[in-house]
Amino acid sequence: MPKAFTPKVITANALIEGDVVYLTADDRWSPRLTEAELLTDEAHAQVRLLDASNRHAEVVGVYLADMDATQDGPEPTHFREAFRRKGPSNYAHGKQADL
Amino acid sequence: MYTYSDFDAAFVAERNRQFRAQVNRRIDGSLTEDEFKPLRLMNGLYLQLHAYMLRVAIPYGTLSSRQMHKLADIADRWDKGYGHFTTRQNIQYNWPKLTDVPDMLDALAEVQMHAIQTSGNTIRNVTADHFAGAAADEIADPRPVAELIRQWSTDHPEFQFLPRKFKVAVSGSPNDRAVIAAHDVGIRIVQQDGQIGYEVLVGGGLGRTPMIGKTLNGFVAQADLLPYLEAVVSVWNLLGRRDNKYKARIKITVHEHGIDEIRTLVDARFAETKAAFNGADVALYQQIEPQFAAPAFSTRDTADFDRAYEADPVFRAWADINLAEHRAPGYAIAQISLKAHGQTPGDATSEQMRVIADIAKEFGHDELRISHEQNIVLPHVHKSDLPQIHARLKSHGLATANIGLISDIIACPGMDYCALATARSIPVAQQIATRFDELKLENEIGDLKIKISGCINACGHHHVGHIGILGLDRAGVENYQITLGGDHTQTAAIGQRTGPGFSAEEIIPAIERLVDAYLTHRTGAEETFLAAYRRLGMDPFKEALYGETASKRTRAA
Repeated sequence: MPKAFTPKVITANALIEGDVVYLTADDRWSPRLTEAELLTDEAHAQVRLLDASNRHAEVVGVYLADMDATQDGPEPTHFREAFRRKGPSNYAHGKQADL
Repeated sequence: MYTYSDFDAAFVAERNRQFRAQVNRRIDGSLTEDEFKPLRLMNGLYLQLHAYMLRVAIPYGTLSSRQMHKLADIADRWDKGYGHFTTRQNIQYNWPKLTDVPDMLDALAEVQMHAIQTSGNTIRNVTADHFAGAAADEIADPRPVAELIRQWSTDHPEFQFLPRKFKVAVSGSPNDRAVIAAHDVGIRIVQQDGQIGYEVLVGGGLGRTPMIGKTLNGFVAQADLLPYLEAVVSVWNLLGRRDNKYKARIKITVHEHGIDEIRTLVDARFAETKAAFNGADVALYQQIEPQFAAPAFSTRDTADFDRAYEADPVFRAWADINLAEHRAPGYAIAQISLKAHGQTPGDATSEQMRVIADIAKEFGHDELRISHEQNIVLPHVHKSDLPQIHARLKSHGLATANIGLISDIIACPGMDYCALATARSIPVAQQIATRFDELKLENEIGDLKIKISGCINACGHHHVGHIGILGLDRAGVENYQITLGGDHTQTAAIGQRTGPGFSAEEIIPAIERLVDAYLTHRTGAEETFLAAYRRLGMDPFKEALYGETASKRTRAA
């Protein structure tokens, strides 16, 4: 049996700044994970990924990242995505300082 | 130090002009990312976890004070006020914007620096012994050879699309401080019947399949070096496994074909390359070599040093640990540790870079070196100036006395920055250093190299650490494997895995248990960790890590 689809968001790095961004339901790239569109339907997720991947002028390296659906919005299921959301652990740089 | 010729300056300027146009074309949509990526990588620009990263070459680890000042200015103007010195004698800026990178490259060109071939499937920045030109045990300065190779390999038309990256390191001493046996090609300067020549090692490398380099040729004559190297790279360029990137490095080619077959092929190719070289390489070497002439050393007495050494225990501790023997009387090689306890290994703030640059200018014949161990070296300082130098370093947090000790840890950026990483390295290094500083055991433990990588690619050289730590992702949790008995010197060895890995919470206590076992079992303070491991084998260390039963079970197995 194929594995059940787990919730995901679309994420990438911004072309100019290089920082982590998430695709919102209204087609913006937001630096905040809380604003990301949580994709719970596989077919919808694939269409959104295709469209997002074509936005070459805005972002680089578009992919689907696993998330848990929580009351506070999407929460990373893997530590890599948790670091991407926050920034490095040795300095208060990146999103933890900028947002 | 080497000064760019008009050709070098024009080449770098033209490359920078091209890259500026490529960035513009990427932004206006004329180039897709797939088209742009190889172009940016050729110029040292990566896209990492949180931002772009620009990797700048510090050829053979040598910098002038003017160059170091420029690195500081770049950090302030276009980055976050610091830089990260790497195990391949590069500096990395972690936060540049794409649109700023062409200006950063132009700023580097003002001081004869660049980021060319610091990435991609090309011959990378050529590294050298960080004590080059200063070490007491040196046969000859390795930097003229490294500069010759840099010029030959830069934009070499045959070697721009190699099967994989290709790394070269050069040592001028029998004592290897450049880890030459872990490079695709390692070159050791040797002397035979009064003639200088080169022992060429091939097929070393770390990463997922670690290998110690094998001697391909025990003595290549000085005039034959470039045609010989060209033959080596050329043979691999044809044989190398382009079908599988994990099998593409020359270490796999040597392993699959055997060193003898590779030697036969290289010798045959060398007959062709030697005939094709017309002597321009020898003439070029003769132009390069005098530019690395030693500075005019002074002959002052060392009374100031002796007085401070007697009177000031902090200075004495620093001098005992951080100084190395210089070839000129009255001089020393001083290492500036970038491993202050709890700080990020290899990071320097722009202010620290300026302090170091000014010290080099004032006291150090205007020379600096970056070591593969992520520290900075003042290669030529007169001992009488050391008390003043130490005081200045101390007031800027740069006088940590820990070179070669347990807190002098190599750590790759790991998952705090790197897109390839599977776990973090920096926090593990910070915690180990902090813990052993609290225990006040560092000096008693003595010579112990811990090296940490945040993924199997082994940028943190964990395979050749006396204690190696490899960070992995085990079912979505950071997990750290330990290896023991690695050696990065002329007696190079790959460390052996102890067994199952440890969680982020368990790894520091595990290292502490290992060190306790060493202190318990060593014959005395003169037996280093590595010597004790070689004498005792894995068992007592396994027992310390996993308990007695686990250790016995492995023995029985």
